[in-house]
Amino acid sequence: MENLARLVQDAARKLLEEKKVDLVIGFEKGSLPLRSTPCFVRKAEDAGKLTWNSSCENNLANYLRKKTEKVGVIAKGCDARSIVALIKENQINLDNLYIIGVPCGGMIDRKKIETILNGRELLASEEKDGWLILKGNGFEQAVRKEDVLHGSCATCRTGNPVLSDELLGEKVPEKEDDYSDVAAFEAKTVAERAAYFAEQMSKCIRCYACRNACPMCYCEECFVDCTAPQWIGKSASSSGDNLIFQAMRAFHTAGRCVDCGSCDRACPMGIDVRNLNRKLARDVKEIFGAEAGMNLEDKPALNEFKFDDPQTFLVKE
Amino acid sequence: MLISKNDLPVLLDRILGEYEVYAPVKEHGKVEFKKISSGTQVCLQYSNSQKPPKGILFPQSEKMFCYETVQDGVRVDEICDCSKKVIWGIRPCDAKSFTILDDAFKNEQYRDPYYYKRRENTVIVGFGCNRPGATCFCTSVNSGPFDTAGSDVFLTELEDKYYVEGITEKGKEFIARYQLPDGSPDTSRIKESAVVASKVNLDGLKEKLDVNFYDEIWDSLWEKCIGCAACTYLCPTCHCFDIVEEAEGGKGCRVRNWDACMFPLFTLHGSGHNPRPSGKERVRQRIMHKFKYFQDKFQQTACVGCGRCIKNCPVNLDIRILLDAIQQRESGEGC
Repeated sequence: MENLARLVQDAARKLLEEKKVDLVIGFEKGSLPLRSTPCFVRKAEDAGKLTWNSSCENNLANYLRKKTEKVGVIAKGCDARSIVALIKENQINLDNLYIIGVPCGGMIDRKKIETILNGRELLASEEKDGWLILKGNGFEQAVRKEDVLHGSCATCRTGNPVLSDELLGEKVPEKEDDYSDVAAFEAKTVAERAAYFAEQMSKCIRCYACRNACPMCYCEECFVDCTAPQWIGKSASSSGDNLIFQAMRAFHTAGRCVDCGSCDRACPMGIDVRNLNRKLARDVKEIFGAEAGMNLEDKPALNEFKFDDPQTFLVKE
Repeated sequence: MLISKNDLPVLLDRILGEYEVYAPVKEHGKVEFKKISSGTQVCLQYSNSQKPPKGILFPQSEKMFCYETVQDGVRVDEICDCSKKVIWGIRPCDAKSFTILDDAFKNEQYRDPYYYKRRENTVIVGFGCNRPGATCFCTSVNSGPFDTAGSDVFLTELEDKYYVEGITEKGKEFIARYQLPDGSPDTSRIKESAVVASKVNLDGLKEKLDVNFYDEIWDSLWEKCIGCAACTYLCPTCHCFDIVEEAEGGKGCRVRNWDACMFPLFTLHGSGHNPRPSGKERVRQRIMHKFKYFQDKFQQTACVGCGRCIKNCPVNLDIRILLDAIQQRESGEGC
């Protein structure tokens, strides 16, 4: 990791020195343990601020839309897939972008750490050989990194960026995703699923952190903000309206969501935001054989119609 | 006065006979202020609640009045929450936040009946912080882990009991009713050991903000903000709201919802013009409102140092670092 951080700094410094880009977007050390924070570097001498570790959790593709400068971006696997998806939707001009790909073994889920600490406050952490040392007032606890990876990272098949101008470090082993979590949820009864959603959505405060953290949520006017017509109630007190918001967001990102997990990580209320998106990603893959942002060639699932497309979701076939 | 920890649930049950009681309750690993039905639900082993307790007096969504067309016109039903409430065990930062909300909602110009009625009917029981959190910076904003501002009654945690002090007349009357055993233990050692390590330097900040509205520092400070409302909705002092009609057919209600200056819609004009077109203007507004405008108008800073915005920002945009960057800049530069 320390080595990768140095490689990130060197690559950024070189790009800025050679004036290949005006800006490099990466991560710097955050203000809290297990937090790195997005960082915008415009001078080669500031490249030393950049870092790379298991807390670089934000999807930096979110910062690339409508950038007029030439931008270099430090992209992990999910960032790269989002970039590909956004290029296809004409949101990013690839000519103005330089992708520094970083193979990613997964990011730490701070919520899992909170559960482990059960009220004890994390004051420092250290990453060593696949282990994470959690330190606080009067305690030190080691946890295996793979046990505390974010859900989207645990099943991520594209830790190695699918698109990059240069790739730093060594590739990470490919993982498998069998969507067993989606199957397990589908196996529940309708009443159980409804109860689960009602409970989850009752926590929503409509801060829209999930939406704003999502690189694919870029509508000029989100349907929740629309007042004429007003599609859904503005109050957060209705878990029904909160579910409509989440369900519509999931449908709108169907075939476009790369399951980076940014929405989930951004939620301050600990809502299981990924659940709906995962189901749709699995369906799009199973029914249409499409996965978002895997390469520049495939047409986005929603932009292509074939007469023999399965329509099992609509009619019996 | 004193109350032993073991006797607290019984005391709360007695209070429940007369009041709605809101207290910290642990659910799904998070502590929130909830309306309790039994004293045993309360969890006082907590740092702070995920959501601020401001929602008890200023709900995220509240019906102001409802209406219905009837045969000979329109019937309007006013809604008044006149119930007597106790907020039990809120941290000094959150108790202080009510003094800030008071300025906004019951000042010389305006008196908001919805907030004001609840506030009048509520007894606030503050709870000192023996172990302040790493992101707490209350001592930098004229407060501290044992500040009684905003509290009617104040609790200090001792080994097996709580020291209960009446702060205001309302609080003294309230606590006298429950005839707790007398006692005034020495709490100086507890107070000394409660160290708030995180600091923000506010000296001269207001003077800088007075002149740096056009400073180029704002061009970069906001850059990583994604424009959500996690900071404002979880802030105990943010109090902006939006009023909407929720109506269908011949009946409906006027509803007041929390709103946030971080949303573009907050300032979007009917014409399509937006005076705060980007995150730059919105982040500047949030800082200005808390550390300049509120101070200009009410002579206090609209931040209590609870640290919620720090812990919950999806991109770790830390208000302490933001304020420090403003402080580091020579005033007037770039204006």
